[in-house]
Amino acid sequence: MSAATTAIEEPRAAAPVRVHVPPHSLASELRAIQIVWRRDLIRFKADRIRIAATFVQPLLFLFVLGSGLQQLSSAGTHGVNLKTFIYPGILCISVMFTAMFSAASIVWDREFGFLREMMVAPVRRSSIVIGKCLGGATVACSQGVIMILLGPAVGVDYNVTLILGIFGLQLLLAFTITAFGVMIAIRIKQMQAFFGVMQMIVMPMFFISGALFPVSGLPGWLTVLNRIDPLTYAVDPMRRLVFSHLSISPAARRALDPGVTWWGWRVPSLLEAAVVAALGLLMLGVAIWEFSGTE
Amino acid sequence: MAARATDPANNGAGSDDRSGGPAIAVHDLVKHFGDVEAVRGVEFAVPPGEVFGFLGPNGAGKTTTIHMLCTLAKPTSGWATVAGHDIVSERDDERRNIGLVFQDPTLDNYLTAEQNLKLHAELYGLQRDLVRPRMRQVLEMVGLWERKDSPVGTFSGGMRRRLEIARGMMHSPRVLFLDEPTIGLDPQTRRSIWTYIAELQEREEITIFMTTHYMDEAEWCDRIAIMDHGEIVALDAPGKLKAGVGADRVMIHTDNDEAAIAALQDRFGIEARIAEGAVTFGVQQGEEFVPRLFAELAVPIKGVSVSRPTLDDVFMSYTGTTIRDAEEDAAKNRNRMMMQVMHGGRR
Repeated sequence: MSAATTAIEEPRAAAPVRVHVPPHSLASELRAIQIVWRRDLIRFKADRIRIAATFVQPLLFLFVLGSGLQQLSSAGTHGVNLKTFIYPGILCISVMFTAMFSAASIVWDREFGFLREMMVAPVRRSSIVIGKCLGGATVACSQGVIMILLGPAVGVDYNVTLILGIFGLQLLLAFTITAFGVMIAIRIKQMQAFFGVMQMIVMPMFFISGALFPVSGLPGWLTVLNRIDPLTYAVDPMRRLVFSHLSISPAARRALDPGVTWWGWRVPSLLEAAVVAALGLLMLGVAIWEFSGTE
Repeated sequence: MAARATDPANNGAGSDDRSGGPAIAVHDLVKHFGDVEAVRGVEFAVPPGEVFGFLGPNGAGKTTTIHMLCTLAKPTSGWATVAGHDIVSERDDERRNIGLVFQDPTLDNYLTAEQNLKLHAELYGLQRDLVRPRMRQVLEMVGLWERKDSPVGTFSGGMRRRLEIARGMMHSPRVLFLDEPTIGLDPQTRRSIWTYIAELQEREEITIFMTTHYMDEAEWCDRIAIMDHGEIVALDAPGKLKAGVGADRVMIHTDNDEAAIAALQDRFGIEARIAEGAVTFGVQQGEEFVPRLFAELAVPIKGVSVSRPTLDDVFMSYTGTTIRDAEEDAAKNRNRMMMQVMHGGRR
């Protein structure tokens, strides 16, 4: 939206400018997707407190938890800084928190009435959901970029392929988590309830995912939970990617980056990414289906 | 504001506006929530260009009816068309041709007035080169052009409502629905909102369908339907409805009320009674009656007042209750309805 006022000076009593609402078309749906997406960005930019808040939490995990636990774990990390070890996990969760927050705005919009403006518009509900998911993903990724920039502070140097890889994975994860959040947010009428659900689902997902520990040699029950946690399949390729750019001892690599296995088979990164993408699409589908059913 | 025929030549883009028929046609529309009958078979037609009002106490079924007409709720039975489109089977076509202003605010308070309208224009797919001139026009109509860059969160209640009306008009709808457009506003703001609506209707030649429970506001409508307990009990121009009640109300102050009442009975055959401390009676053409009263009534008169019937009198004459009492009844009914929805229906 350009701030410059164009100097069209029409007389006040001019004949009404008649506009026309065109019938459904792909172009009109794309415009709807685009404006829902852009609204999220405009609102995010205006909300500096939110930018700060979502940024602080990953920093706490990375520097406070990372530095603090370092003293206990230096033996187990084979000389690798604990902050370096949890860095890939933090790259994932920073995106995850922001994406969930973006999805929450649907509940917010419902409480404050704005959702209705979108519901009665002559566009497909799917366009609104897709725009929302893209918006959440974009906002989350802008957060993710800041985390990427912190790499050298934890011993991960800049590298073009590494940064692109991380960014790609973050984008994928952000989209999936937003879709997940939107799917939940559509069924929830109050903000408090949404945060309750978030605490109940997001925190366990984060702790179980292996963002803070290697995923081999875990107790059986935790291994099972870990393998069904969708976040696992984002954290693992992220760690593999970051570690492939580190020069560390083979022993450290084996201990810290054992990789996710299914019945002893090391799951390839690409398949893991595909799992995340498939889940994202599935949840997007559910969200669209739910949203289309509400009046 | 007489109902005026839409000028087809003025309607270049309105290929899907099936002109000729009524703007709104409603046939035996029914809506149940559980076993509560919110709307029980309403039926009416609104010609293009009319300002049509739904008047009734809170809970009479006005909002439910408006929700059905603007595709937000599906009728239990019956049918209706708006701008020539069936409210159920041609939902999307209808939506492109109607503007909506709800009771509850639906603006994004974090965005500016301009951003809110821009968003609306994008959602409705308006021609890009027309968005800005149209935005300027609707904002000027409601006197908010100068405030277009302010976040809506900084607006007063009246300004927000005006912005909602501007937004409802943004895509040049054929029919504008206003659900209690002045609810919760102070009398002065209410008046200004009505001035804007009247001006807008005049300039844009659209059909306006609105609900209100303020009796005095119904005067702005070409025709009103009085709704009570989910049914339309009367439908006509406000003036005709009031004329239908008949008598003007005459109140006289005298030194001897009993003698005056007896004299009125003897001389004119009028049944009078004491109300609000004055001798009160109804009579046709009250103003013409007053000179005769002075000339022919033996009892000296100290003061007189003549009042035309109000829509309150109309409501009373059709429902046997005042609108205030009806609202209290309806509140009880509404609670019952909410319980139904919460326990029975889907959320």
